[in-house]
Amino acid sequence: MNPSFTLTALERVVGWGTDEWAAFRRGLIKILVVTNLVLGAYYLLWRGTASLNWDAWLFSLALFGAELYSYISSFLFGLTVFRLRERGEPPPAPPGLRVDVYITCYNEPVELVRKTVRAALAIHYPHQTYLLDDGNSPAMRAMAAEEGCGYITRSAAWIGFDRHAKAGNLINALEHTTGDYILILDADQVPLPQILDRTLGYFSDPKVALVQTPQYFINVPPGDPFGSQAPLFYGPIQQGKDGWNAAFFCGSNAVLRREALARTGIRFFVRDVERRIRRALREADTVIRRAERQLAPSERTQIAPALQALRRAVKLARQELDRGDTFQEVTERFQRRAEDAARMVVAANLRQIMADLAEIQAVEAAEIMQSLHDEAVLAELARRDRSPLAAIETVRQLIPLLVNEAMDYLPISTISVTEDMSTSMRLHACGWRSVYHDEILAHGLAPEDLRSALQQRLRWAQGTIQVFLRENPLFLPGLSIGQRLAYLDTMWSYFSGLPTIIYLIAPVLFLIFGLLPVNALSAEFFWRLTPYLLVNQLLFAVISWGRPTWRGQQYSLALFPIWIKAVVTAAANVWFGKKLGFIVTPKTRQAGRYFGLVRWQLLMMVLLAVSIGVGLLQLALGWRTDGMPVLVNVFWAVYDLVMLSVVIDAALYQPAEESSSEYA
Amino acid sequence: MEITVNPVGEQAAVVQLRGRLDLLVANDVKQRLVKAVNEGFRLLVIDMSEVSFVDSSGLGALIGGLKAARLAGGDLRLAQPGAQALAMLELTTLNRVLRPFPNVTEALQASL
Repeated sequence: MNPSFTLTALERVVGWGTDEWAAFRRGLIKILVVTNLVLGAYYLLWRGTASLNWDAWLFSLALFGAELYSYISSFLFGLTVFRLRERGEPPPAPPGLRVDVYITCYNEPVELVRKTVRAALAIHYPHQTYLLDDGNSPAMRAMAAEEGCGYITRSAAWIGFDRHAKAGNLINALEHTTGDYILILDADQVPLPQILDRTLGYFSDPKVALVQTPQYFINVPPGDPFGSQAPLFYGPIQQGKDGWNAAFFCGSNAVLRREALARTGIRFFVRDVERRIRRALREADTVIRRAERQLAPSERTQIAPALQALRRAVKLARQELDRGDTFQEVTERFQRRAEDAARMVVAANLRQIMADLAEIQAVEAAEIMQSLHDEAVLAELARRDRSPLAAIETVRQLIPLLVNEAMDYLPISTISVTEDMSTSMRLHACGWRSVYHDEILAHGLAPEDLRSALQQRLRWAQGTIQVFLRENPLFLPGLSIGQRLAYLDTMWSYFSGLPTIIYLIAPVLFLIFGLLPVNALSAEFFWRLTPYLLVNQLLFAVISWGRPTWRGQQYSLALFPIWIKAVVTAAANVWFGKKLGFIVTPKTRQAGRYFGLVRWQLLMMVLLAVSIGVGLLQLALGWRTDGMPVLVNVFWAVYDLVMLSVVIDAALYQPAEESSSEYA
Repeated sequence: MEITVNPVGEQAAVVQLRGRLDLLVANDVKQRLVKAVNEGFRLLVIDMSEVSFVDSSGLGALIGGLKAARLAGGDLRLAQPGAQALAMLELTTLNRVLRPFPNVTEALQASL
């Protein structure tokens, strides 16, 4: 992927080979990262203390907040690439390994998948090939039979349970195959025959659980209007993460170790059971406290001791869990203690009933007493909705050790639609190592229409945020600091929606309304900001040397509505159980169809253009005299326009006729 | 992997496993355990004394058996696991769900 002509030219001048240049670049990156952070801190310190414009405090603080966000992004990005690891040649693949190749498909065209199947069967290293058809299509089944490929669909065990999309597809296949190593391919990722020879060697290290290779798309038109290639990610970013043992699984073009998946799956199964028990104990606590608050004075002497006994039972259960007793023992002892507490209430009530019955003849009372059963009394009293007793009944029923899933344990994580990233994080948390091997070993197909491209981005963003909310890398036990920050780096970037809007609106607010977020655009401001910006850009240039990353940069900014939608929908899903939703194609005329998908960006571009016009006009007519600030903001607005302009190309793009009919 | 099911009364059985409890036999073992539960043996004691090797997939089969047993109101217990098996139980933290008993008798006697 490096431009060899530049290297050979430099080689002639300085006399260094590729290795020396690579080392030089890594050293330069380290220097630039540190410089960038120092300059940024220098700028922001002054920004926060001396430059805020308190007359427009909301705007001022908002912009400062956005700049802080960017500084943290810079920090995380710099940290990620600090230990850039270029692995070079892989170790040789040992013979005799038992390898399966999985091709996952759902509703892709049969002919498209046939290409992948043929290429998978042709992989040199001996292996079994399976097509994992989640769409359960007879045509797909027939094609697999024609090509001589294994064919797997969901077993009956999944009926009535959550299918967990692709994660479930993989888990299902793991149940039906016996490979120790599994190469996973998406339906469109056509592998090169040497893919296993180039990756299996890494597994000679028994701690390696994952080898990830790049995703590279061969149907990307010149100019890449949809920003489909990700040369920065499948490059310096994954290489950087690799240096921290944090390179993660991207869902395709990767080989996984079965034992690692199974072991991690079991550990998280046990963790899940423990969390359910602790949650039940917390609920029990809540119920008991509520009952204690609602005790009538007349009940206090009778019921309070029982509730106290229950509280003690909950506390003891927690202590027993902490010291590592088996869940069975903890729940059994808890239930026995809760029953004892319940019996205390019954006993107290029986005494009361006895006292009440003292009016009746003693003999009759004794007979009645004998016929009363503990359970019956309890049931009778509970039925009368006396809240402390109802509380005790609730507490007695702990969640059993059954987890409501189709499968016994889950070797692939199901907490997020990006099951791949989540699974790698769990593998890392259990002490496994991952490898990023920077060699293109498969050719894929990128989405060919804007809606699909946006939908894919939305899903990645939603899935990443689901993981952030459900198993946050800062708190998951077992990860190293480097790993935590490497995962956070990826997640942090998806929160850029709001800061981006602030950056886009700021020049508009100044040019049209005269609102300045800073005290003054003084020389001090520029002396602090400019070096920071320059080093920032220089760092980025050095990191992405030889890789076309302009599109990626544009899209990070231009897709701000998607990032915001992702955060909102993922949070609604994790906190309130709402479904994630899709990109909806607005029902407008044919010509306007794609522009509808980028309406927010277009609106912003209009605002920016208008503000540029207004600002320059006012300056030209002499209605305002702050020439320098206006020019700065105009420049800023033009930059924003250029970044956003990528959506115009994307909305106008129509795939060429021949490529869309290739699979007809 | 040899699997022998020896009933103990009407509702319990001792399942003796001989050989490697690994990926290659995991499915078969699980099916056999589920079948035993369906035949009415809701308390299963797995005699691990002659299991030479266990991997995580093998443990997964035991979880499958446990689930079936619990659904039937019973239990699945491990008796006399070897050092490697104990190490695997610890590594996977599964020893908190499947408590290993020192021998078959104690496993059978522990209350349901």
